[in-house]
Amino acid sequence: MPEIVVTTREGIQRIVDARPGLSVMEILRDGGVEQILALCGGCCSCATCHVHVDPAFAALLPPMGADEDDLLDSSDHRTARSRLSCQIPFDDRLDGMAVAIAPED
Amino acid sequence: MIEAPRLDIDPFDEAFLADPYAHHPALRDAGPVVWLEPIRAYGMARHADVQAALRDHETFCSGRGVGLADFSKETPWRPPSLLLEADPPLHDRTRKLMNGIVSPQALKAIRPVWAERAEALADRLVAQRHFDAVTELGEAYPMLVFPDTIGVPEQGREQLLLYAAATFNAFGPRNAIFETGNEAAKDAIGWVAAACRREHLAPGGWGMAVYEAADRGDCTPEEAERLVRSFLSAGVDTTVNGIGHLILAFASFPEEWDKLRERPSLTKKALDESLRWDSTVQTFFRTTTRDVEIEGVTIPEGSKVVLFLAAANRDPRKWEEPERFDVDRVASGHVGFGFGIHQCLGQMVARLEGELVLDALVKRVRSIRLAGPPKRRLNNTLHAIASLPVEVGPV
Repeated sequence: MPEIVVTTREGIQRIVDARPGLSVMEILRDGGVEQILALCGGCCSCATCHVHVDPAFAALLPPMGADEDDLLDSSDHRTARSRLSCQIPFDDRLDGMAVAIAPED
Repeated sequence: MIEAPRLDIDPFDEAFLADPYAHHPALRDAGPVVWLEPIRAYGMARHADVQAALRDHETFCSGRGVGLADFSKETPWRPPSLLLEADPPLHDRTRKLMNGIVSPQALKAIRPVWAERAEALADRLVAQRHFDAVTELGEAYPMLVFPDTIGVPEQGREQLLLYAAATFNAFGPRNAIFETGNEAAKDAIGWVAAACRREHLAPGGWGMAVYEAADRGDCTPEEAERLVRSFLSAGVDTTVNGIGHLILAFASFPEEWDKLRERPSLTKKALDESLRWDSTVQTFFRTTTRDVEIEGVTIPEGSKVVLFLAAANRDPRKWEEPERFDVDRVASGHVGFGFGIHQCLGQMVARLEGELVLDALVKRVRSIRLAGPPKRRLNNTLHAIASLPVEVGPV
């Protein structure tokens, strides 16, 4: 099964099984990564699924929408690697992708 | 082809509205889609189907009204909302404009003042020990922060509560609940119409910000007036009852309060779980734009479909022990604020209010218990509380 390597805010690494067709947020949330609050459930309106993505996978990610960009702008922890994980549909090409949970705002 | 199960359930009769959760299993268990004979509309109450319908806004449109009335055949109770009762592309434009006003930056800016007011209110209530968690907290707190933020006139703000109740009643049939609420809101309707006009809005408020967007050409002045109305319709009775349910949840499950006191970082999750556990907005309708098949049942084009949001939030197919309020639960994915493009515009405002109330109480309160039976207030759409007497033990 494809997987995502996630690093928590405490720096602990975990491997989560990833099912293509779900978003990265859904995979992390349903995989028990509690620091992904995902309060809005994946509608791109709360910014509580903010992650920093391994740049090696950047080219494979869908382009960022204006709503996502605006929400990320409100974070004190935005970097060039920032994405909202609800806006990344997982597919097989993303197998092994490393993401780190961004610090809480 | 399978026919949808025909049920003789009226989700707007008083027995149903008084205790909706008692009636939800019959709706959910009958099938993914049911036909409700008394209101002559389809219904869905399972989480997967409700969420899928909300997500598919092209098939399940909002522009023909999100209540029982089909705006293509009936005159709406009031000029339709440019957000709630609009479809893309109009909705994309108005939603973008409003998102820009209710932005995370705007919430950051108001947070210190809102926090201060929550702390002061909590000081007073905890000193009293006995209070009504609806009138003295659930209503009092939003009224202390929200009207100022929009910038509406100070005189007559209590009209907002009557107006909101009438608005949410209007999504149901023209039953006695609607008529009584409408009669009570006669003055409120005029007050709100006046409050939405530019000359009555305070500079620097979110209401004036909508007119400033109109000045930039993002909408017309007439649209601005109606968009300000959305703030006033949707921003009060919802959070009033949301805070009421939050307190009811903790009073009903005292061990969850202990958990929150041990780990105050659970505030955001606890609030989200309370929104799942008792969802103030119980239902919204959609109208089908084409024939749509769901597990072998065809819903014809032009049908009204009532989505039971609160039933979806307690669907045992999705949630373990759904009747339990559990601050450790992952409630993400609940549809208490809807889902998809129409998901509540003000959800982060509502969350901020709830979070600040909880933050203020958790520091001061050791225990919360019911000091009398909660009294419900019937509304066609909202699960509303009129009175919630509680006693708190100070830390």
